[in-house]
Amino acid sequence: MSDTTTRKAHDDIRSTTADVPGRAPSPVLSVAGLRKIYNEGKPTAKMAIDDVSFSVNKGEFVCIVGPSGAGKTTLLRCISGLAQASAGDLQFEGKPLTSVPEQLGLVFQDYGRSLYPWFTNAKNIGLPLTARGMPKAERAARISEVLSNVGLGQVEKQYPWQLSGGMQQRVAIARALSYRPDLLLMDEPFASVDAQTRFDLEDLVLRVRRELGITVVLVTHDIDEAIYLADRIVVLSGSPSRVREIVEVPFGHERDQVATRASDEFLQLRRHLLDLVMPHPSSAA
Amino acid sequence: MSDTIARVPQQIEPNTEQILTRTTPRRRASAGALLRELVVSLWLPVVLFALWWFVSSTSTSPFFPPLSRILEQWWSEFIIGDSVHHVFSSLQNFALGYVLGALIGIIGGTLLWRYRFLRQGTNPIVYFLYVLPAPALLPAMIALFGIGQTRQVALIAFGAVWPTLLNTLDGMRGIDQVKFDTAKAMRLGPTRTLFSLVFRGASPQIAAGLRASLQVALILMVVTEMVAAKEGIGYFILQAQIVFSSVKVWAGIIMLVIIGTLLNYLFVFIEHRVLSWYYRSRALGNS
Repeated sequence: MSDTTTRKAHDDIRSTTADVPGRAPSPVLSVAGLRKIYNEGKPTAKMAIDDVSFSVNKGEFVCIVGPSGAGKTTLLRCISGLAQASAGDLQFEGKPLTSVPEQLGLVFQDYGRSLYPWFTNAKNIGLPLTARGMPKAERAARISEVLSNVGLGQVEKQYPWQLSGGMQQRVAIARALSYRPDLLLMDEPFASVDAQTRFDLEDLVLRVRRELGITVVLVTHDIDEAIYLADRIVVLSGSPSRVREIVEVPFGHERDQVATRASDEFLQLRRHLLDLVMPHPSSAA
Repeated sequence: MSDTIARVPQQIEPNTEQILTRTTPRRRASAGALLRELVVSLWLPVVLFALWWFVSSTSTSPFFPPLSRILEQWWSEFIIGDSVHHVFSSLQNFALGYVLGALIGIIGGTLLWRYRFLRQGTNPIVYFLYVLPAPALLPAMIALFGIGQTRQVALIAFGAVWPTLLNTLDGMRGIDQVKFDTAKAMRLGPTRTLFSLVFRGASPQIAAGLRASLQVALILMVVTEMVAAKEGIGYFILQAQIVFSSVKVWAGIIMLVIIGTLLNYLFVFIEHRVLSWYYRSRALGNS
């Protein structure tokens, strides 16, 4: 099983990074042989990620799933540039990734701790724009635009803590989208909101992806969410993580919370993925 | 609900989702509510004041004169008379010393937070100086700065540094790491991170430090004027003691109390404006 899956993963990279005319352009994100060891060299060294390889093409929606403690968040930190990988080749839009790239947007799980409570929503969203030197008038226009993208209005002058959880996460998403990144990375973004809001936000991300044409990589522990959202799902093994399988999700861009989730294909994928992710008494990590 | 979202780019009315508070300011309280609040906060001082007045009115002890005489003396000295120049002198020293101490405290705290080698190197020294009672340094200050105004400002500043410095350091260390990750994700750069994240995030605790520094500075303001000084409230009180005029002593104390109270209220007033985001978010039960 491991032979075929590794081959499948490497096939992905080979087929998409080839610079042959007529072929697909270089992927937005390419991860090859990523390894991350905490406290390297010390007796307390822990290998969180062993060997992860996959790539993400423009406009794709890739979800990363895996059992608890598999190192999903570590993986996201490495590919976002927040943490340094111990080994492996990371490329963002063809260039090696050493720090947080400019065309990357990041959404964290805990919006309450990520949004700055001393700034209004408008100032929070405008913060990366200010850092990029955007003039004030243009900034205000962009803030309004991106707020309407995420389905919020009239919240500019309020503070994040005055909004409900779902609205706060929308503000966080708006902040990540404000400078029109090429890649949106999301770390379990809907884990801290209630179930109904979760469905709304899932549809929001799909719509945003469709309208703005951005690429999305989303880490989640929720298998159903992953199947609903993704074009491809990267399944990690338990710690130290390797890519167990990359599953194709053939639903296309038109998805509906009720119809898609009730379809036979959905249930089949769900069974397959649960089988891969849930711990079995017999199989090793 | 998903229907509404699919129909965007129209703006969604705010009331389709839950907004927890309105944005109208709270200051539209009714006159009755204001009066009630005033009564609630002032009833105890008023009661104690009245108690003091009546208990002392028949007193013949030289150390516990009647409150009516104290107030008379206070009025004639500071309002009508020219002893008010003592107040100005004191306040001037206080202002210079406090601002200097606060600035050194904030800058020092920031440097200690930012550079670990500095923090580790100066840790024992900082705590040693923090617990050292500043008045004990008075003779050293006289030796260094002579007996002029510089010495007074120097000692006030010295005492005011430590609460602010330690609270600045502590406040900065207490900022959530997620916020730093967010700053890195937004590529804010070190300067903008410092001003938009670090100072802002630490500001409630810095304010607490500044408040403590205020108290220390007030005490030192008086103490420095009681040794080798020629004006100021402390000097006034000391002179009154020397000539055994306890009424004057009490009048000086009353003046001091008024100054201290006013300064505290001014501080809180400014703090609540600057940190309104903090107090309002706490009121909502968030942090």
